[in-house]
Formats: sequence, C-alpha cells, structure tokens
Amino acid sequence: MIWWDILSYAAWIISGLLLLWILADAISVSREFDEELLVSSREGADELLEQIKKEEGVR
Amino acid sequence: MTAESTTAENVQRISMFKVLNPFHVWALGVGIVLVGEFMGWNFSVAKGGAYGALIACWVIGLLYSCVAMIDSEVTSTVAAAGGQYTQAKHIIGPLMAFNVGLYLVMAYTMLEAADALIVGDLMTAVAAATGYEGLNPQPFVVLTIAFLAWLNYRGVFMTLTVNFVITLFAFLAIIALFVGSDPLNPGSVLKHSELLTELPYGWIGVVAALQFGMWYYLGIEGTCQAAEEVRSAGRAIPLGTIGGILTLLVAATLTWYVSTGLMPWQYLGQATTPLYDAASIIGNPSLQVVLFIGTMFAAIASANGCINDAARAWFSMGRDRYMPTWFGAIHPHYRTPFRAIIFLIPIAVSFAFTGLLDQVITFSILSGLLGYTFMSINMMKFRKMWPLGVIKRGYIHPFHPIPALVLLGLCSVVYFATFLGYGASLLSIMAFYIVASVWFVMRRYQFVKRGDQFTMPWPRPKGY
Repeated sequence: MIWWDILSYAAWIISGLLLLWILADAISVSREFDEELLVSSREGADELLEQIKKEEGVR
Repeated sequence: MTAESTTAENVQRISMFKVLNPFHVWALGVGIVLVGEFMGWNFSVAKGGAYGALIACWVIGLLYSCVAMIDSEVTSTVAAAGGQYTQAKHIIGPLMAFNVGLYLVMAYTMLEAADALIVGDLMTAVAAATGYEGLNPQPFVVLTIAFLAWLNYRGVFMTLTVNFVITLFAFLAIIALFVGSDPLNPGSVLKHSELLTELPYGWIGVVAALQFGMWYYLGIEGTCQAAEEVRSAGRAIPLGTIGGILTLLVAATLTWYVSTGLMPWQYLGQATTPLYDAASIIGNPSLQVVLFIGTMFAAIASANGCINDAARAWFSMGRDRYMPTWFGAIHPHYRTPFRAIIFLIPIAVSFAFTGLLDQVITFSILSGLLGYTFMSINMMKFRKMWPLGVIKRGYIHPFHPIPALVLLGLCSVVYFATFLGYGASLLSIMAFYIVASVWFVMRRYQFVKRGDQFTMPWPRPKGY
C-alpha cells in the first residue's frame, strides 16, 4: 500500500530534519557562547540548603 | 528560576531551570516503567506459572519499595543531577561513582533503544493489520528517538509535562481494562478458577521468575535524576518517588489479575502484548483501541524518560571530569545538558538497529540490578557518615537498616535467578564493567579535580 511507503519516507525526512536542527543549534550555541560559561554549572542547591545556611547564620 | 547566577567571586555560572514539581517526578519515574506492564512482565509467567508471577510481582515490588524509600531519603539531601552517581560520589568514592554512572547510562540508553524498537514493531503490526506486510520498522524507530531527543533538547518542563499526560493515559488504560473485565462478577469474564494452576516448575521456577518480575518496576529509581531541576528536591523527590511506586504496585497487581484471568499461563508466558491481547479477548473494540494507544504511549513515555535520565547521568560525569568536560555543558537558552543528549542519540539508534530486544533489555536489567546492590551499601554508609540530625533530610525512611538489608538480600536472589537464565550475559556484563573500571583508574581519574567534585555544603562526615 502506497500510504505506508509515504509514511516511511516521511518518518525518515522528519527524523533527519529534527536531528539537523539539533546539530545546527548546538554548533551555533558552541560558537556564540564562551566554553567556560557553558560548562560552568555546579551541583544544585534547594530550600533545604538555604535553610541550613540560615540556621548556621543564626548560630 | 535563575537565568544566570553570580557567585561571590563574581564568576558567571549557568544552571538548569528549577521548574519541576512532584507530578513531573512521578511522570518521570512511572513513565519509564509502565511499558513493563504492557509487555515483558509476562515472561515471569513462562518461568513460574501464574502464581509464580504473582510472587515475583510482590517480592520484586518489595525490592523496589526499598529502592524508592532509600532513594527518597538520600536524594532529598542531594539536590543534584546524576542521581545515584552523585550519591556514590559523595558517599562511597570515585570508582564506585564511575561504575554507577555507567550503569545508569547503559541501563537507560538500552531501555530507550528497546522502547523505540517496540514503537517500530507496533507500527509494523498496524501496517500488517491494514494489509501491508513487512513494513520496515527502522524509520519509526529513528523518528521516535529523534523526536524525543529534540523534545528533551528544548527543555525539561515540556518534556516531562508531555510524559505526565501520556503516562497518565497509559495508567488509566490499565484501570479501564480492569473495569472492563467485570471484576465484581468473578467467572463472567475472568476465569481464575479455571486458569490458575499449581506451580508448573516448582519453586525453582518461582526463583527464575524473579528476574522478569523486575519489568513491573524497572526504572522508578530514575526520579532522582530530576533533583537539580525540581523546585524543591526535599519535597518533590520523595512525593514523586513514593507516589510512583504506589502507582506501580497497583498497576502491576491489576495487570496480573486481569491477564491471568483471561489467558492460560502457557499462552500468557510468551505473548508479545499481553494487555492488548486481554482487551481483544474481552471483545470490546473501544477497549482494544485504548489499550493499543496505551501500549504506544507507555513505550514513548519510557523512551522519553530514559533520554532525560541517561543524558543527566552522562552530563554529571562530564561536569565532574569523569568523562570529558565538554559533555558537562548546559544550553544557555533551554538549560538542558544538550551535548550529552546529542552524544547518546547515535548510541541509542545503534542499539535499536541491532534488533536484539532480548539482549538489550537483559543488559539494561542487569545494569539496574548492579545499581540497586550499590544502593543498599550506600544507604548504610550514608546513615553512618551523616546520622539523623546532622544534615537536613526532606524525607527519613522508616525501619533503617531493614530496607537496606532486605534490598541486598533480594538483589542476591535476583542475581541467582538471572544466572539461571542468562549466566553468560551476567558474566560478560561484569567483565565489561571491570574493564571500564581499569580504564577509569589507569587513564581517566588523573583528569578529575578532586576538590571540584564536592560543591555541596554538607558538614564533614562523622569519623573524617
């Protein structure tokens, strides 16, 4: 049935476009921004840690 | 939600968005797992019969309840991506952390490949049902991975909101199947009195069934990977994880109850899509459609969650220099670990193109099992090094050390069960991780900056 052939080709084309978009964006971001900024994240903190800091501050 | 933070030294830093809530955490954990209810769990019936599968369902449910409790306590104090990898780094040491990181990446990437294969196979089945035999599943496998990778690349909030919607649909499909089987009138649709038999292979069959009982719950520990992106790790991780394991215990029991009441164990033990088959036997076309969509959604949700988790584990290892720092980058607009997401795409596609669903899943399960073994040891050390009251915990699990000991005991039994069926795979996976460990110690660890790995403001551990 031709419908399934069309669907298969469409799946290949959409996959290719999505992957190309991802790749193009990653390259443009890597060029636009400083590498040190991109890899500058540190382990996260949440309100529990804020609470600890406050308690330590009180002491 | 901080766009960019500035530290005391006036260094600009970039961080992930903290936008997730307990529902997203639930969607991440349950989303990864629920596909196991739609297919896979029933191989336990082939080994242990219907009752053996029920024992596996509840014994492994106990194993995963221990996993969920332990994970909830430890992760509620570690607000960082990487999940168990980060826990291992802080609590045990670099070599354990490296291994756990690899377990996570391998387990999730292989599970993602298996999920994409399932989507491809479902499309082939639909084509065959409409008269087109031999449809190539590969374009649909690649489309699944490419679309979900794109979604993950664009941001975690939308990724896990989508996961919440499709996971909820899949869970409700199981509830609909249960309601549709007329459970209030035993014997009318469900024929347990005729179909339930004694253990076909005795108790050794029940032990062998334990390995496949893991399909009901494999991946719930993935909730930890969201720790750096939830608004409050101390609240959201325990709520999402414990809510997730409760959901799965209900879903697993309903799945077993309906399936074993409709199909003889000899058929059920080798069925490809047991829940869809159950809907077909009930003979309600609407239910069949709902279960088909539920199966498809469950596989997509699982692949989606796996991309999210594998990328965060890989990213965390890059951030700590366990892998090249290049992988530790965060996208400045979308705030996702974009390079880790991209790097894992061809690996997942390669695994999927092998078409070896059994082997891929076995590798995934064994990697998960190695991780659970670590968690029991990790929990004992965690309570010893940082006793209650020393650091703030968002959740304290009860009856310590019983859950850790039960987890260790059950993992040992499942290793034995796995050895019975997949001894060669178990040994080759062990060999793979030993070789990787040697590479890490001899080659990679020299690049790790020891002080930079530990940025959590925890107090000095007891005895150090």
